[in-house]
Amino acid sequence: MVIYGVAVLSISLLAGLFAGDLLGRAIGVEANVGGVGLAMLLLVMLSGRSGGRFQLAPVTAQGITFWSAMYIPIVVAMAARQNVVAAVSSGPLALLAGTLAVAGGFALVPVLAGLHARRRHPAPRGGAR
Amino acid sequence: MMADTLAAVARTNGLLVAFAFVGLVVWVSYALSDRLTGGRLHGSAIAVALGLLLAYVGGAVTGGDAGLADVPLLAGVGVLGGAMFRDFAIVATAFGARVEDMKEAGLVGAASVVIGVVASFAIGGLVAVAFGYHDAVSISTIGAGAATYIVGPVTGAALGASSDVVALSVAAGLVKAILVMVATPVVAKGIGLDNPQSAMIYGGLMGTTSGVAAGLAATDPKLVPYGAMTATFYTGVGCLLAPSVLFLAVRALTG
Repeated sequence: MVIYGVAVLSISLLAGLFAGDLLGRAIGVEANVGGVGLAMLLLVMLSGRSGGRFQLAPVTAQGITFWSAMYIPIVVAMAARQNVVAAVSSGPLALLAGTLAVAGGFALVPVLAGLHARRRHPAPRGGAR
Repeated sequence: MMADTLAAVARTNGLLVAFAFVGLVVWVSYALSDRLTGGRLHGSAIAVALGLLLAYVGGAVTGGDAGLADVPLLAGVGVLGGAMFRDFAIVATAFGARVEDMKEAGLVGAASVVIGVVASFAIGGLVAVAFGYHDAVSISTIGAGAATYIVGPVTGAALGASSDVVALSVAAGLVKAILVMVATPVVAKGIGLDNPQSAMIYGGLMGTTSGVAAGLAATDPKLVPYGAMTATFYTGVGCLLAPSVLFLAVRALTG
């Protein structure tokens, strides 16, 4: 039944958010620490298509895949409720701080990905440099 | 009377109005993508950009802080685009993800969260110094805002920053989130953002859940679960590090 899939999804998110709040409290911050990430791990471990603990019936899986397919529309709604006016009219300090932080992040992606790749597949010693 | 009745129906069924409205926005975006760009610029990238444009219009017209959702008839957009549905859909995307891919980038993914927080904080703090802030509390609060618009005010409150500095830190975080949404599909190819591992690193470095969610949706929806996985730890780590270790470091540097 479709509702089983929706229920599994809901339980995963609720459990993840609960664990994330507890984790936040344990380290003394007023924020949810990784609740969504923990929920994703839980969902994949319980019912993932590859190697999950339970094989979901196709109809049950539809309860999850529907919400996965709703992801982009929800993101569009999320974009439409951002405080874009405040961001655009925030003055040079905020614009510069935000922009440079993004540029720095983008620049570091290939650096860390390269380190990761080299650690996984070390170049042969003594080869041509 | 017709208009009154229509408005009343729309107001009491806000979420349904949001479904219809977002459906229309997405349809227009995919049509634009096909007709104007021959599919080169992805429909979802246009849809996110259109959403941001509408948010600007909504904010400018109403003077509120929730973009289009402050238009009374479109309040349901705020519900559909709120944290609950966003997180629900993000978790659902994990259904198609592979645990092995997540494990493979586990260590570097975790490292990227810490590196991302420290780098954003340092960049934001340096910009604050360049604009004439010399006290450790203000520098740290603005630096924290460059991490995300949640880390900024949490840090500001913990350190007792003035409200204009807190407002600046929120604005810096907003600029970051929106820029990540818009710029990710543009730079994706250049930074090698085309596999689960680099998506996890990207999510950890950028950190803004909304920015990462929208940026990856517009780049390649298959990468969403990997980027979102690491990004979701970022704000928590930021709230942990910024008011403590990073603030102490700034205070040591500023004397």
